[in-house]
Amino acid sequence: MAATLPAEPVLSTAKDSGRPPERRHNAPWGDAVFSLLAHAAAWLTLAILAGIIGSLVIGAMPAMRAFGLPFLWHSDWDPVQDHYGGLAMIYGTLATSFIALLIAVPVSFGIALFLTEMSPRWLKRPLGVAIELLAGVPSIVYGMWGLTVFGPILATYVEQPLQSAFGNVAVLGTLFSGPPVGIGILCAGIILAIMIIPFIASVMRDVFEVTPPMLKESAYALGSTTWEVVRQVVLPYTKTGVVGGIMLGLGRALGETMAVTFVIGNFNQLHSVSLFEAANSITSALANEFGEAAAGLHQASLIYLGLVLFVITFVVLAISKLLLQQLKKREGAVT
Amino acid sequence: MSYQSIRLVSVAAAMSVLAFSAQAADEVTGAGASFPAPIYSKWAEAYNKATGNKINYQSVGSGAGIKQINAKTVDFGASDMPLKDEDLKAGGLMQFPTVIGGVVPVINVAGVKPGQLKLTGAVLGDIYLGKVTKWNDPAITALNPGVTLPDATISTVHRADGSGTSFIFTNYLSKVNPEWKTKVGEGTAVNWPSNGVGGKGNEGVSQYVQRLPNSIGYVEYAYAKQNKMDFVSLKNQAGSFVEPVEGAFKAAAAGADWTKSFYQVLTDEPGKDSWPITGATFILMHTAQDKPAQGTAVLKFFDWSYANGDKAAVELDYVPLPDALKTAIHKAWDASIKDTAGKTIASK
Repeated sequence: MAATLPAEPVLSTAKDSGRPPERRHNAPWGDAVFSLLAHAAAWLTLAILAGIIGSLVIGAMPAMRAFGLPFLWHSDWDPVQDHYGGLAMIYGTLATSFIALLIAVPVSFGIALFLTEMSPRWLKRPLGVAIELLAGVPSIVYGMWGLTVFGPILATYVEQPLQSAFGNVAVLGTLFSGPPVGIGILCAGIILAIMIIPFIASVMRDVFEVTPPMLKESAYALGSTTWEVVRQVVLPYTKTGVVGGIMLGLGRALGETMAVTFVIGNFNQLHSVSLFEAANSITSALANEFGEAAAGLHQASLIYLGLVLFVITFVVLAISKLLLQQLKKREGAVT
Repeated sequence: MSYQSIRLVSVAAAMSVLAFSAQAADEVTGAGASFPAPIYSKWAEAYNKATGNKINYQSVGSGAGIKQINAKTVDFGASDMPLKDEDLKAGGLMQFPTVIGGVVPVINVAGVKPGQLKLTGAVLGDIYLGKVTKWNDPAITALNPGVTLPDATISTVHRADGSGTSFIFTNYLSKVNPEWKTKVGEGTAVNWPSNGVGGKGNEGVSQYVQRLPNSIGYVEYAYAKQNKMDFVSLKNQAGSFVEPVEGAFKAAAAGADWTKSFYQVLTDEPGKDSWPITGATFILMHTAQDKPAQGTAVLKFFDWSYANGDKAAVELDYVPLPDALKTAIHKAWDASIKDTAGKTIASK
């Protein structure tokens, strides 16, 4: 009896091992709870988005009623008369972001290209890490550096020479008019470019790296130059990622606040489109004025500006999606 | 009883004593203007040491302070801009001044020493209006014989954020420059007319002024003094040129009539020693206190500060209130701050 006892469990497991293990029933509602949580997480995001839009619209309502759409193309911002128009800030936001992209996209492309195609192996990692570190620098540091170090350099070595060289040329003269002090749209745009380069560059590098080596090497085998490989193989293969990276950078540039506030000059003006003139962006106007804005039209107008920024960002995202669809459609035709 | 259990009991006893004392001490919260924040926290620290009561002050800006006291999320609000009497009545509030400060124009012009440059309010207004654009404009040189001023464009620097400093400054310009009054007006934020730049806070303005050659800006007196900035001498209402020093602010405060209303902006005050751009900073409280104990705690704090805080104020470059005004404030407390039943609440 004592000898058979331990044998029994062995026998029983041998009996079971032929069948698949039985499904466990210790938590029959586990799946349901998990699915509920996952659904809730997804819907919560949408609810928050809707809540933000809703509160922006409600907050901006007094200003929308008072000024309507002309708010978007009127530029006087007068808290004393309680009359507001957002064009100066909207222009400042768009102009600085445009300058930032103009500089950041080619530079980031060069960085990503160098890191994936041309860099010696030992340099890849340290250089890549250094660029990612740039993304971790707090924006206020860029702002202070831009104001105290970069601004004066820009004024002496870029703005003043440009002004003396092109000051009397028709269009360029207007762009380069104003006090060359290194504070204004140009400075803000360049600082933004430096801030978004690491984002765009690291996304570009990551997507360039996933291009299958077989495709690249086949192209090289057919006698392509490095540039041809990038142009014909890498870029078509990675365009979604590249456009995505650029949009990520643009989103950051549109929403950046602290660094821009330091170097843009915070002056609501639109009587000159000069790149050297102090201006204002939506974000820096909000940062500067919101705390002290009296309840009423001033505050509502600032919230209206926030709503406009929201819409601009949304439109940028929508355009990038459309762009990607167009690119996909053309795919067959070009080759 | 083991050693451990003795220790446990004694810890528990100590904790209950602590909990009791925390309950017994008053704890009030205020929020608002950033300009008086250093002195309020200094007073609060000293008051806490002397009485054990706690005052929390959040330096969130005058506008936000007014919003918070209206929403009753704080026991007192603070503003650099006095509210007009009718606004106070509408909000069920009363205000009283705490300390006096001044606004000082500061410049960055090579070769000009602090206080050497003399300006009148009208010329200062014209500079900010963009009518006087060069440092060697006849309007400026006429006031400054013997001072060599460069043939350089003036860059103006203003506060980009809404601020009590801007209010005092634009209030002064509106009083002394008619064109400023019609074109721009006064306020914590205005539509700045000339080509210039805006800095955030006193530090933002001073950074821009120090960074831009041939610029002019305006900052709080304490800030200008502590950072040794190049200030300007101004012509006051009595016609004499004065430098921004403590006595000049006191003289301006003495010239005001506080008896009828605490709504006093001390700009362009009479008196041959008064600094023309002076202003007090204010505390806002509800006239009907839902929680009279909290109201009393606030009043006790300011009562203590008026009696014991002048030295700390001077050390931080604020100007204490004249004694007559302090008496008037005590009277105003008794007259207007009541509990919900309409009974005057204690202030001592």
